[in-house]
Amino acid sequence: MNAKIQEKIASRILFFCTVMVVLPVVMILAIILYKGIGAISWEFLFSMPRNGMSAGGILPAILGTLYLVAGAVLFALPLGVLTAIYLVEYSRDNFLSRLIKLAIVNLAGVPSVVYGLFGLGIFVTFFQFGASILAGSLTLGIMILPVIITASREALESVPQSFRVVSLSLGASKWQTIRHSVLPHALPGILTGAILGIGRAAGETAPILFTVAAFYLPKLPTSVFDQTMALPYHLYVISTQVPGIAENVRYGTALVLVFLVLMLNLFAIIVRSRFRKRKKW
Amino acid sequence: MNYRAHKLKEAVIEKIILLSGITSIVIVLLIFIFLLKEGLSLFSSVSIKDFIMGRNWYPISNPPQYGILPLIMGSILVTVGAAVLSIPVGIGSALYIAEIAPQKTREILKAGIELLAAIPSVVIGFIGMITLSPLIKNLFHLPTGLTALSGAITLAFMAMPTIVSIAEDAITAVPRQYRDAAMAMGATRWQTTWRIVAHAARPGMIAALMLGIGRVIGETMAVMMVTGNAALIPHSILQPVRTLTATIAAEMGESVQGGSHYAALFAIGIVLFIITFLINGVADIYLHRNRKKGLK
Repeated sequence: MNAKIQEKIASRILFFCTVMVVLPVVMILAIILYKGIGAISWEFLFSMPRNGMSAGGILPAILGTLYLVAGAVLFALPLGVLTAIYLVEYSRDNFLSRLIKLAIVNLAGVPSVVYGLFGLGIFVTFFQFGASILAGSLTLGIMILPVIITASREALESVPQSFRVVSLSLGASKWQTIRHSVLPHALPGILTGAILGIGRAAGETAPILFTVAAFYLPKLPTSVFDQTMALPYHLYVISTQVPGIAENVRYGTALVLVFLVLMLNLFAIIVRSRFRKRKKW
Repeated sequence: MNYRAHKLKEAVIEKIILLSGITSIVIVLLIFIFLLKEGLSLFSSVSIKDFIMGRNWYPISNPPQYGILPLIMGSILVTVGAAVLSIPVGIGSALYIAEIAPQKTREILKAGIELLAAIPSVVIGFIGMITLSPLIKNLFHLPTGLTALSGAITLAFMAMPTIVSIAEDAITAVPRQYRDAAMAMGATRWQTTWRIVAHAARPGMIAALMLGIGRVIGETMAVMMVTGNAALIPHSILQPVRTLTATIAAEMGESVQGGSHYAALFAIGIVLFIITFLINGVADIYLHRNRKKGLK
């Protein structure tokens, strides 16, 4: 009897813990959607800011974020996939591969603001790119590298060993085997990693603070050496740095950012679960 | 393509892949080298002891003082607060998701927690600033709601996805036989969960907590927006504080490149890098210990 009561109480408490984790997510999303939806209009999404950013749209911030994210993925995706191929297909369990894995774990743990410092030190100052889309993209790219490597590794490891054995036994070289028998099957998993990386890069503020983000620009950037506005930094600026911005403009900006990031993540989750279900081996 | 050209191509590709593999190590080294390069010059004018133990952070007074003790205390206070709030709740919900929830609920909950991890920190900071901080201000009758407590609560939510998902993995990895054996001995489901499964998953849970704490220490934007940014040694959790990360983010814009303030901010970066390096390294050891155990 005593054990039964204990059982009931315990499972209630654990359920309550879960509610405490999930409820805030729902609340945050509901608040942003409820208060921000009114601000969304054609003009808000596709025009330049006016009157000290208190009116007009957020087009330069949206475009800026798209540029940065595209640059980051262009840099991180090939590098990340090749690293994963090395770890899964080529390396043996030796000191070097353990060191690489340790490096990846630590890259994943480096605080985002430290990436900002690194980007400032190496890209902005040392390579003299200045505060620019190039410097910001590279900084974000390095930050999402561990995400892409980890997802790609998981995808490659899930391809059965027999696929490789068959291809090699037919006379294919190691690279041909990887290229034609392994990579195609790992592609959805790699794609998932890339999308998660994009979502992460789109939402981060600290790494772009000193490497690219501009407070306000009257014109859109024209080259990779220009500064740009970006959505997360724009939200930070209008909610803490500029007084007197209407509440619905702030919520509207938050809504656009959250929508962008969550859609990417949702897409990644769906691709992954489809992929896992379809696998028959 | 003839055989030799083919061999050459294969060799070139292999070299490219090896080089890519090594890049991660190179990047970690480069981060450390560039932080040192920009930050070490501070220690020609300020001793390491004065930097770490100094009680005054007045970077723009004359002469400037670069003591980061108030910032370290700020980070510790917020981190401990967040840990106290998030650890029991996080472990509890990991146990619920892994052991109690039915399959369908479980998938939905896991997706929900993944979405929480995806919400940008600036958005969480924004929501915390306009919903949580007025609440705390009114509740405790404070002059401002931007306090260490607001930071701790905000960060507790942000640590949750890391803690829950890694702890849940560790719990799921506990072999079925453990549960079957405990049940066969007459233990109730809760006794099995608490005394057997939670016990076997302990290394993984410790790793989860450490990684969660690592995330909290490194978090920047949200904490900068809700803690009030006062670089003073806090005496209570209801006072404004400033963390190591927020100091870098807030002050880099106004520092002069190559100046001592600039170097001091990079030196804070070195401190953060070392702290997170240690936390992640140790957490990784625990994770591997768990995996080995799970295989037995």
